[in-house]
Amino acid sequence: MSSPFSINGGACVAMVGKDCVAIACDLRLGLQALTVSNNFPKIFQYGDNVFLGLTGLATDVNTVSDLFRWKVNMYRLREERQIAPRTFANLVSSSLYEKRFGPYFVSPVVAGLDPKTGRPFICGFDSIGCIDFAKDFIVSGTASEQLFGMCESLWEPDLDADALFETISQSLLNAVDRDALSGWGAHVYIIEKDKVTKRLLKGRQD
Amino acid sequence: MYDAPTMEVLLGITGKDFTLIAASKAAMRGATVLKASDDKTRALNKHTLMAFSGEAGDTVQFAEYIQANAQLYSMRNEADLSPSALANFVRGELASSLRSRKPYHVNLLLGGVDPITHKSRLYWLDYLAALAPVPYAAHGYAQYYCLSILDKHHHPDISLGQGIKLLNLCTDELKRRLPIDFKGMVVKAVTKDGIIDIEFDDDKVVHAA
Repeated sequence: MSSPFSINGGACVAMVGKDCVAIACDLRLGLQALTVSNNFPKIFQYGDNVFLGLTGLATDVNTVSDLFRWKVNMYRLREERQIAPRTFANLVSSSLYEKRFGPYFVSPVVAGLDPKTGRPFICGFDSIGCIDFAKDFIVSGTASEQLFGMCESLWEPDLDADALFETISQSLLNAVDRDALSGWGAHVYIIEKDKVTKRLLKGRQD
Repeated sequence: MYDAPTMEVLLGITGKDFTLIAASKAAMRGATVLKASDDKTRALNKHTLMAFSGEAGDTVQFAEYIQANAQLYSMRNEADLSPSALANFVRGELASSLRSRKPYHVNLLLGGVDPITHKSRLYWLDYLAALAPVPYAAHGYAQYYCLSILDKHHHPDISLGQGIKLLNLCTDELKRRLPIDFKGMVVKAVTKDGIIDIEFDDDKVVHAA
Protein backbone atom coordinates (compact mmCIF):
# COMPACT_ATOMS: atom_id res chain seq x y z
CA MET A 1 0.00 0.00 0.00
CA SER A 2 2.88 2.40 0.73
CA SER A 3 5.00 1.26 -2.22
CA PRO A 4 5.43 3.95 -4.88
CA PHE A 5 4.34 1.34 -7.43
CA SER A 6 0.87 1.04 -5.89
CA ILE A 7 -0.07 4.59 -4.82
CA ASN A 8 -1.79 5.50 -8.08
CA GLY A 9 -2.76 2.03 -9.36
CA GLY A 10 -3.09 0.86 -12.94
CA ALA A 11 -2.61 -2.14 -15.21
CA CYS A 12 -1.09 -2.90 -18.58
CA VAL A 13 -0.78 -6.03 -20.75
CA ALA A 14 0.74 -6.89 -24.14
CA MET A 15 0.14 -10.04 -26.22
CA VAL A 16 1.51 -11.68 -29.36
CA GLY A 17 -0.77 -12.96 -32.12
CA LYS A 18 -0.27 -14.23 -35.66
CA ASP A 19 1.44 -11.37 -37.54
CA CYS A 20 -0.02 -8.96 -35.00
CA VAL A 21 0.47 -7.72 -31.44
CA ALA A 22 -1.86 -6.12 -28.93
CA ILE A 23 -1.29 -3.81 -25.97
CA ALA A 24 -3.91 -2.63 -23.51
CA CYS A 25 -4.14 -0.55 -20.35
CA ASP A 26 -6.74 0.64 -17.84
CA LEU A 27 -7.64 4.32 -17.36
CA ARG A 28 -7.66 4.82 -13.59
CA LEU A 29 -5.57 7.39 -11.71
CA GLY A 30 -5.99 7.23 -7.95
CA LEU A 31 -4.51 8.21 -4.63
CA GLN A 32 -4.65 4.97 -2.68
CA ALA A 33 -8.39 4.13 -2.47
CA LEU A 34 -9.58 7.49 -3.89
CA THR A 35 -10.06 7.75 -7.66
CA VAL A 36 -8.93 11.13 -9.00
CA SER A 37 -9.37 10.57 -12.75
CA ASN A 38 -10.95 7.91 -14.94
CA ASN A 39 -9.21 9.14 -18.08
CA PHE A 40 -5.50 8.53 -17.52
CA PRO A 41 -4.18 6.40 -20.42
CA LYS A 42 -0.93 4.51 -19.86
CA ILE A 43 -0.05 3.58 -23.46
CA PHE A 44 2.06 5.89 -25.62
CA GLN A 45 2.96 5.65 -29.32
CA TYR A 46 6.54 6.29 -30.45
CA GLY A 47 6.40 5.32 -34.13
CA ASP A 48 4.11 3.76 -36.73
CA ASN A 49 4.11 0.48 -34.80
CA VAL A 50 6.07 1.06 -31.59
CA PHE A 51 4.05 1.30 -28.36
CA LEU A 52 5.04 1.74 -24.72
CA GLY A 53 2.82 0.94 -21.73
CA LEU A 54 3.77 2.47 -18.37
CA THR A 55 2.30 1.53 -15.00
CA GLY A 56 3.46 2.57 -11.55
CA LEU A 57 3.88 6.00 -9.96
CA ALA A 58 1.81 8.46 -12.05
CA THR A 59 4.40 11.27 -11.90
CA ASP A 60 6.98 8.88 -13.37
CA VAL A 61 4.50 7.66 -16.00
CA ASN A 62 4.31 11.34 -17.05
CA THR A 63 8.07 11.93 -16.77
CA VAL A 64 9.14 8.74 -18.57
CA SER A 65 6.59 9.09 -21.39
CA ASP A 66 7.72 12.71 -21.96
CA LEU A 67 11.38 11.66 -21.81
CA PHE A 68 10.94 8.99 -24.49
CA ARG A 69 8.95 11.33 -26.72
CA TRP A 70 12.00 13.59 -26.66
CA LYS A 71 14.52 10.75 -27.12
CA VAL A 72 12.58 9.17 -30.00
CA ASN A 73 12.14 12.56 -31.71
CA MET A 74 15.91 13.11 -31.46
CA TYR A 75 16.53 9.58 -32.80
CA ARG A 76 14.23 10.24 -35.78
CA LEU A 77 15.98 13.53 -36.60
CA ARG A 78 19.48 12.01 -36.37
CA GLU A 79 18.74 8.75 -38.20
CA GLU A 80 16.08 10.06 -40.61
CA ARG A 81 14.01 6.94 -39.97
CA GLN A 82 11.59 5.57 -37.40
CA ILE A 83 12.83 3.66 -34.36
CA ALA A 84 12.32 -0.14 -34.39
CA PRO A 85 10.65 -1.83 -31.40
CA ARG A 86 13.78 -3.81 -30.45
CA THR A 87 15.96 -0.68 -30.63
CA PHE A 88 13.38 1.20 -28.57
CA ALA A 89 13.37 -1.60 -25.98
CA ASN A 90 17.14 -1.25 -25.59
CA LEU A 91 16.75 2.53 -25.31
CA VAL A 92 14.18 2.03 -22.53
CA SER A 93 16.47 -0.43 -20.76
CA SER A 94 19.56 1.80 -20.81
CA SER A 95 17.55 4.91 -19.89
CA LEU A 96 16.10 3.17 -16.84
CA TYR A 97 19.45 1.73 -15.75
CA GLU A 98 20.93 5.24 -15.93
CA LYS A 99 18.80 5.87 -12.81
CA ARG A 100 19.98 2.64 -11.09
CA PHE A 101 20.27 4.19 -7.61
CA GLY A 102 17.24 6.46 -7.80
CA PRO A 103 14.92 4.73 -10.23
CA TYR A 104 11.73 5.78 -11.96
CA PHE A 105 8.98 3.80 -10.23
CA VAL A 106 7.47 2.38 -13.41
CA SER A 107 7.04 -1.08 -14.98
CA PRO A 108 7.25 -0.51 -18.75
CA VAL A 109 5.90 -2.78 -21.49
CA VAL A 110 6.95 -2.48 -25.15
CA ALA A 111 4.89 -3.85 -28.05
CA GLY A 112 5.39 -3.52 -31.78
CA LEU A 113 6.09 -5.14 -35.13
CA ASP A 114 9.60 -5.37 -36.55
CA PRO A 115 9.63 -2.94 -39.52
CA LYS A 116 11.79 -5.28 -41.68
CA THR A 117 10.43 -8.77 -40.97
CA GLY A 118 6.96 -7.81 -39.70
CA ARG A 119 7.50 -10.18 -36.77
CA PRO A 120 5.69 -9.41 -33.50
CA PHE A 121 7.84 -8.06 -30.66
CA ILE A 122 6.88 -7.63 -27.02
CA CYS A 123 8.91 -7.25 -23.86
CA GLY A 124 8.64 -5.97 -20.30
CA PHE A 125 11.07 -4.35 -17.88
CA ASP A 126 11.60 -3.92 -14.17
CA SER A 127 12.07 -0.38 -12.87
CA ILE A 128 15.86 -0.47 -13.39
CA GLY A 129 15.73 -1.71 -16.98
CA CYS A 130 16.15 -5.50 -16.87
CA ILE A 131 14.43 -6.71 -20.08
CA ASP A 132 11.99 -9.61 -19.95
CA PHE A 133 11.58 -10.93 -23.51
CA ALA A 134 8.44 -13.02 -24.00
CA LYS A 135 6.94 -15.07 -26.81
CA ASP A 136 3.40 -14.98 -25.39
CA PHE A 137 2.41 -12.05 -23.15
CA ILE A 138 3.72 -9.41 -20.73
CA VAL A 139 1.80 -8.00 -17.78
CA SER A 140 2.46 -5.07 -15.44
CA GLY A 141 0.80 -2.93 -12.77
CA THR A 142 -1.15 -3.47 -9.56
CA ALA A 143 -3.33 -6.12 -11.29
CA SER A 144 -0.31 -8.06 -12.60
CA GLU A 145 -1.10 -11.19 -10.56
CA GLN A 146 -4.68 -11.24 -11.84
CA LEU A 147 -3.40 -10.56 -15.38
CA PHE A 148 -0.98 -13.49 -15.17
CA GLY A 149 -3.91 -15.76 -14.28
CA MET A 150 -6.17 -14.44 -17.03
CA CYS A 151 -3.47 -14.50 -19.74
CA GLU A 152 -2.24 -17.94 -18.71
CA SER A 153 -5.75 -19.36 -19.17
CA LEU A 154 -7.00 -17.40 -22.22
CA TRP A 155 -3.94 -16.92 -24.43
CA GLU A 156 -3.02 -19.41 -27.15
CA PRO A 157 -0.50 -19.26 -30.01
CA ASP A 158 -1.28 -17.78 -33.46
CA LEU A 159 -4.44 -15.82 -32.64
CA ASP A 160 -5.60 -13.61 -35.53
CA ALA A 161 -6.21 -9.88 -34.95
CA ASP A 162 -9.90 -10.23 -34.00
CA ALA A 163 -9.33 -13.18 -31.69
CA LEU A 164 -6.34 -11.40 -30.14
CA PHE A 165 -8.48 -8.32 -29.44
CA GLU A 166 -11.08 -10.50 -27.72
CA THR A 167 -8.41 -12.34 -25.70
CA ILE A 168 -6.51 -9.28 -24.49
CA SER A 169 -9.73 -7.36 -23.72
CA GLN A 170 -11.25 -10.16 -21.64
CA SER A 171 -7.92 -10.73 -19.89
CA LEU A 172 -7.58 -7.06 -18.89
CA LEU A 173 -11.23 -6.42 -18.04
CA ASN A 174 -11.54 -9.49 -15.83
CA ALA A 175 -8.17 -8.87 -14.17
CA VAL A 176 -8.90 -5.25 -13.22
CA ASP A 177 -12.31 -6.19 -11.81
CA ARG A 178 -10.45 -8.18 -9.12
CA ASP A 179 -8.12 -5.24 -8.35
CA ALA A 180 -9.38 -2.24 -6.38
CA LEU A 181 -6.64 0.04 -7.74
CA SER A 182 -7.21 -0.60 -11.47
CA GLY A 183 -10.09 -0.35 -13.93
CA TRP A 184 -12.48 2.46 -14.91
CA GLY A 185 -12.32 1.63 -18.62
CA ALA A 186 -9.51 0.57 -20.95
CA HIS A 187 -7.62 1.37 -24.13
CA VAL A 188 -6.80 -1.53 -26.47
CA TYR A 189 -4.41 -1.25 -29.43
CA ILE A 190 -4.27 -3.98 -32.08
CA ILE A 191 -1.15 -3.57 -34.22
CA GLU A 192 -1.08 -5.25 -37.65
CA LYS A 193 1.13 -4.61 -40.67
CA ASP A 194 0.02 -1.23 -42.15
CA LYS A 195 -2.86 -0.96 -39.66
CA VAL A 196 -3.27 0.06 -36.03
CA THR A 197 -6.71 -0.14 -34.41
CA LYS A 198 -7.36 1.68 -31.13
CA ARG A 199 -10.48 0.78 -29.19
CA LEU A 200 -11.91 2.31 -26.01
CA LEU A 201 -13.55 -0.20 -23.67
CA LYS A 202 -15.99 1.28 -21.17
CA GLY A 203 -15.59 -1.48 -18.57
CA ARG A 204 -17.15 -1.46 -15.13
CA GLN A 205 -17.45 2.07 -13.73
CA ASP A 206 -17.27 1.06 -10.07
CA MET B 1 4.74 7.20 1.62
CA TYR B 2 2.00 9.47 0.21
CA ASP B 3 1.50 12.47 2.53
CA ALA B 4 -1.69 12.81 4.55
CA PRO B 5 -4.28 15.19 3.07
CA THR B 6 -4.67 18.71 4.48
CA MET B 7 -7.71 20.74 5.58
CA GLU B 8 -6.93 23.41 2.98
CA VAL B 9 -9.65 23.36 0.36
CA LEU B 10 -9.01 23.69 -3.38
CA LEU B 11 -11.86 23.14 -5.82
CA GLY B 12 -12.05 23.36 -9.61
CA ILE B 13 -15.04 22.94 -11.90
CA THR B 14 -15.15 23.28 -15.69
CA GLY B 15 -18.27 24.20 -17.66
CA LYS B 16 -19.31 25.08 -21.18
CA ASP B 17 -17.11 28.18 -21.58
CA PHE B 18 -15.53 28.77 -18.17
CA THR B 19 -13.44 27.21 -15.42
CA LEU B 20 -14.25 27.93 -11.78
CA ILE B 21 -11.46 27.87 -9.21
CA ALA B 22 -12.17 28.13 -5.48
CA ALA B 23 -9.77 28.10 -2.52
CA SER B 24 -10.38 28.32 1.22
CA LYS B 25 -9.54 31.67 2.85
CA ALA B 26 -7.99 30.29 6.06
CA ALA B 27 -4.20 30.42 6.34
CA MET B 28 -3.43 27.83 8.99
CA ARG B 29 -0.40 26.84 10.98
CA GLY B 30 -1.01 23.77 13.10
CA ALA B 31 -4.32 24.29 14.90
CA THR B 32 -4.14 28.10 14.58
CA VAL B 33 -5.84 30.20 11.91
CA LEU B 34 -3.31 32.96 11.17
CA LYS B 35 -5.40 34.77 8.55
CA ALA B 36 -9.01 34.57 7.39
CA SER B 37 -8.62 36.34 4.03
CA ASP B 38 -5.84 34.38 2.33
CA ASP B 39 -5.86 34.16 -1.46
CA LYS B 40 -4.32 30.83 -2.53
CA THR B 41 -4.50 31.66 -6.24
CA ARG B 42 -2.19 33.36 -8.75
CA ALA B 43 -3.04 34.43 -12.31
CA LEU B 44 -0.46 33.09 -14.78
CA ASN B 45 -1.82 35.05 -17.73
CA LYS B 46 -5.11 36.50 -18.97
CA HIS B 47 -6.82 33.14 -19.25
CA THR B 48 -5.02 30.80 -16.85
CA LEU B 49 -5.36 30.68 -13.07
CA MET B 50 -3.51 28.48 -10.60
CA ALA B 51 -4.61 27.53 -7.08
CA PHE B 52 -2.17 26.01 -4.60
CA SER B 53 -1.98 24.36 -1.17
CA GLY B 54 0.71 22.57 0.79
CA GLU B 55 3.72 23.43 2.95
CA ALA B 56 3.76 27.01 4.23
CA GLY B 57 6.81 28.61 2.58
CA ASP B 58 6.81 26.43 -0.52
CA THR B 59 3.35 27.30 -1.84
CA VAL B 60 3.70 31.02 -2.54
CA GLN B 61 7.37 30.70 -3.49
CA PHE B 62 6.64 28.06 -6.13
CA ALA B 63 3.43 29.70 -7.38
CA GLU B 64 5.09 33.09 -7.85
CA TYR B 65 8.10 31.49 -9.57
CA ILE B 66 5.69 29.92 -12.05
CA GLN B 67 3.73 33.16 -12.35
CA ALA B 68 6.90 35.14 -13.09
CA ASN B 69 8.00 32.69 -15.77
CA ALA B 70 4.55 32.66 -17.39
CA GLN B 71 4.54 36.46 -17.47
CA LEU B 72 8.11 36.56 -18.83
CA TYR B 73 7.04 34.25 -21.66
CA SER B 74 4.05 36.45 -22.46
CA MET B 75 6.24 39.59 -22.57
CA ARG B 76 8.99 38.03 -24.70
CA ASN B 77 6.72 36.39 -27.23
CA GLU B 78 3.72 38.73 -27.21
CA ALA B 79 1.63 35.57 -26.94
CA ASP B 80 0.30 33.72 -23.92
CA LEU B 81 0.96 30.06 -23.26
CA SER B 82 -2.17 27.89 -23.38
CA PRO B 83 -3.43 26.24 -20.19
CA SER B 84 -2.14 22.85 -21.41
CA ALA B 85 1.33 24.26 -22.19
CA LEU B 86 1.46 25.92 -18.76
CA ALA B 87 0.29 22.73 -17.04
CA ASN B 88 3.12 20.78 -18.65
CA PHE B 89 5.63 23.52 -17.77
CA VAL B 90 4.50 23.51 -14.13
CA ARG B 91 4.69 19.71 -14.07
CA GLY B 92 8.22 19.77 -15.41
CA GLU B 93 9.35 22.24 -12.75
CA LEU B 94 7.64 20.31 -9.96
CA ALA B 95 8.95 16.96 -11.23
CA SER B 96 12.57 18.13 -11.29
CA SER B 97 12.06 19.59 -7.82
CA LEU B 98 10.71 16.22 -6.61
CA ARG B 99 14.09 14.51 -7.07
CA SER B 100 16.12 17.43 -5.66
CA ARG B 101 17.55 17.85 -2.15
CA LYS B 102 14.52 19.82 -0.91
CA PRO B 103 11.41 19.25 -3.06
CA TYR B 104 8.55 21.76 -3.16
CA HIS B 105 5.56 20.33 -1.28
CA VAL B 106 2.76 21.96 -3.27
CA ASN B 107 -0.53 20.64 -4.62
CA LEU B 108 -2.02 22.55 -7.54
CA LEU B 109 -5.10 23.08 -9.63
CA LEU B 110 -4.56 24.84 -12.94
CA GLY B 111 -7.66 26.11 -14.68
CA GLY B 112 -8.29 28.19 -17.73
CA VAL B 113 -9.81 28.65 -21.13
CA ASP B 114 -7.80 27.82 -24.24
CA PRO B 115 -7.21 31.17 -26.04
CA ILE B 116 -7.63 29.59 -29.51
CA THR B 117 -10.33 26.94 -29.14
CA HIS B 118 -12.13 28.74 -26.24
CA LYS B 119 -12.53 25.31 -24.59
CA SER B 120 -12.42 25.21 -20.78
CA ARG B 121 -9.51 23.33 -19.22
CA LEU B 122 -8.67 22.05 -15.74
CA TYR B 123 -5.51 20.26 -14.63
CA TRP B 124 -4.96 18.40 -11.38
CA LEU B 125 -1.36 18.24 -10.08
CA ASP B 126 -0.22 16.77 -6.77
CA TYR B 127 3.10 17.43 -5.01
CA LEU B 128 4.59 14.37 -6.72
CA ALA B 129 3.93 16.17 -10.04
CA ALA B 130 1.37 13.70 -11.36
CA LEU B 131 -0.60 15.60 -13.99
CA ALA B 132 -4.15 14.76 -15.02
CA PRO B 133 -6.62 16.71 -17.15
CA VAL B 134 -10.02 16.52 -15.41
CA PRO B 135 -13.54 17.98 -15.71
CA TYR B 136 -13.62 18.78 -11.97
CA ALA B 137 -11.11 18.36 -9.17
CA ALA B 138 -10.27 18.95 -5.52
CA HIS B 139 -7.27 18.74 -3.21
CA GLY B 140 -6.94 17.73 0.43
CA TYR B 141 -9.74 16.27 2.54
CA ALA B 142 -12.16 18.18 0.28
CA GLN B 143 -11.58 15.47 -2.34
CA TYR B 144 -13.34 12.89 -0.18
CA TYR B 145 -16.44 15.07 0.25
CA CYS B 146 -16.67 16.93 -3.05
CA LEU B 147 -15.69 14.46 -5.80
CA SER B 148 -18.71 12.26 -5.12
CA ILE B 149 -21.02 15.30 -5.19
CA LEU B 150 -19.48 16.43 -8.48
CA ASP B 151 -19.67 12.86 -9.89
CA LYS B 152 -23.43 13.02 -9.39
CA HIS B 153 -24.20 16.60 -10.43
CA HIS B 154 -21.54 17.74 -12.93
CA HIS B 155 -22.14 18.00 -16.67
CA PRO B 156 -19.55 19.25 -19.18
CA ASP B 157 -21.87 21.92 -20.66
CA ILE B 158 -23.12 23.67 -17.50
CA SER B 159 -23.42 27.47 -17.35
CA LEU B 160 -21.47 29.68 -14.92
CA GLY B 161 -24.60 30.04 -12.75
CA GLN B 162 -25.00 26.28 -12.55
CA GLY B 163 -21.27 25.97 -11.78
CA ILE B 164 -21.59 28.34 -8.81
CA LYS B 165 -24.62 26.37 -7.59
CA LEU B 166 -22.49 23.21 -7.76
CA LEU B 167 -19.75 24.98 -5.82
CA ASN B 168 -22.29 25.91 -3.13
CA LEU B 169 -23.33 22.27 -2.90
CA CYS B 170 -19.67 21.39 -2.26
CA THR B 171 -18.93 24.15 0.28
CA ASP B 172 -22.14 23.36 2.19
CA GLU B 173 -21.01 19.75 2.54
CA LEU B 174 -17.52 20.88 3.62
CA LYS B 175 -19.03 23.19 6.28
CA ARG B 176 -21.14 20.26 7.42
CA ARG B 177 -18.34 17.67 7.63
CA LEU B 178 -14.94 19.35 8.09
CA PRO B 179 -14.03 19.69 11.79
CA ILE B 180 -12.59 23.21 11.37
CA ASP B 181 -13.89 26.48 9.94
CA PHE B 182 -12.04 27.14 6.67
CA LYS B 183 -13.25 30.80 6.68
CA GLY B 184 -15.11 30.71 3.38
CA MET B 185 -13.81 30.62 -0.17
CA VAL B 186 -12.08 32.85 -2.67
CA VAL B 187 -13.90 32.12 -5.93
CA LYS B 188 -12.68 33.09 -9.41
CA ALA B 189 -13.94 32.22 -12.86
CA VAL B 190 -11.81 32.07 -15.99
CA THR B 191 -13.65 32.88 -19.21
CA LYS B 192 -12.45 33.81 -22.72
CA ASP B 193 -12.63 37.46 -21.59
CA GLY B 194 -10.30 36.95 -18.63
CA ILE B 195 -10.37 36.16 -14.93
CA ILE B 196 -13.34 37.45 -12.91
CA ASP B 197 -13.73 37.56 -9.12
CA ILE B 198 -17.00 35.93 -8.07
CA GLU B 199 -18.92 37.20 -5.05
CA PHE B 200 -19.44 34.20 -2.82
CA ASP B 201 -21.59 34.09 0.30
CA ASP B 202 -19.32 32.85 3.11
CA ASP B 203 -21.66 33.70 5.98
CA LYS B 204 -24.24 31.01 5.30
CA VAL B 205 -24.39 28.69 8.30
CA VAL B 206 -24.76 24.99 7.56
CA HIS B 207 -25.61 22.71 10.46
CA ALA B 208 -24.38 19.12 10.69
CA ALA B 209 -27.09 16.55 10.16
